[in-house]
Amino acid sequence: MNFTASFQGLIGGVLIGLSATWLMATLGRIAGISGIIGTLITTRPRGDSAWRLAFGIGLVSGPVLALFIGGLGNVAGAPNEVIGQPSGGMPLMLVAGLLVGLGTGLGSGCTSGHGVCGLARLSVRSLAATVTFLIAAIITVFVVRHVMGGNV
Amino acid sequence: MKTLVGYIAGLLFGLGLTISGMTDPARVLGFLDIAGAWDPTLMFVLGGAVITNFIGYRLVLRRPHPFFGECFQLPTRQDLDIRLIGGASLFGIGWGLSGYCPGPAFASIIGLSAPLFAMLVTMVMGWFMARAITPKTA
Repeated sequence: MNFTASFQGLIGGVLIGLSATWLMATLGRIAGISGIIGTLITTRPRGDSAWRLAFGIGLVSGPVLALFIGGLGNVAGAPNEVIGQPSGGMPLMLVAGLLVGLGTGLGSGCTSGHGVCGLARLSVRSLAATVTFLIAAIITVFVVRHVMGGNV
Repeated sequence: MKTLVGYIAGLLFGLGLTISGMTDPARVLGFLDIAGAWDPTLMFVLGGAVITNFIGYRLVLRRPHPFFGECFQLPTRQDLDIRLIGGASLFGIGWGLSGYCPGPAFASIIGLSAPLFAMLVTMVMGWFMARAITPKTA
């Protein structure tokens, strides 16, 4: 186990938790990325879009700030990077994107909305969703890497 | 003011994803690969985030309303349905294939590569599809 990587994970996780608490304290909203950005793109609700767009810009500027400060990234095997490379090619990523969009749209949330926020609220639906997507993802990686022998 | 506090929330979130290494799909896939060289990083990220937010929500939700809003907008549903479980399953498969969930996928835009761009495009298409097949009352 890589102590530094795990410690950075913990610190980053605390920041994500603080972000979720901050958004609830200030705007009374769940910090779910698929909800915030998905709703912004698909419905652009009148009077309820500016903060979503600002959140999205903030989300993108996080890595920019980290790059500017330097030494903050936690990319496996590349300590000076802040963004890792996609592990799959175009066809795989096209399929994965569709599944992630459709799945988080139908399931009303992703790792942030159901995981970070829903679990903190002790929501039964979020717990069920989180367990489900974790198991589905673990099975998928197992099949791809150890049954099909891919290096994705 | 709502825009500024929204930006700060996004910035904290993006910084958290970067510092934790979640902007690297290899870290995410390493966590999901329990039969391989397991990488525990994501466990610390999710654990740190949930515990921090668990405490944070308990302090914040004691207030009558948010600082810049009329009420706390919390989901109220308690039932489990096929849409939730089926959606979570589809999302899990896509997450396992790519190592990207929506947050890191958008946060990684500055390192934009053709495969990531392709994924963002189909992810948005997926959101439109989900919306099209969701009853308006839900």
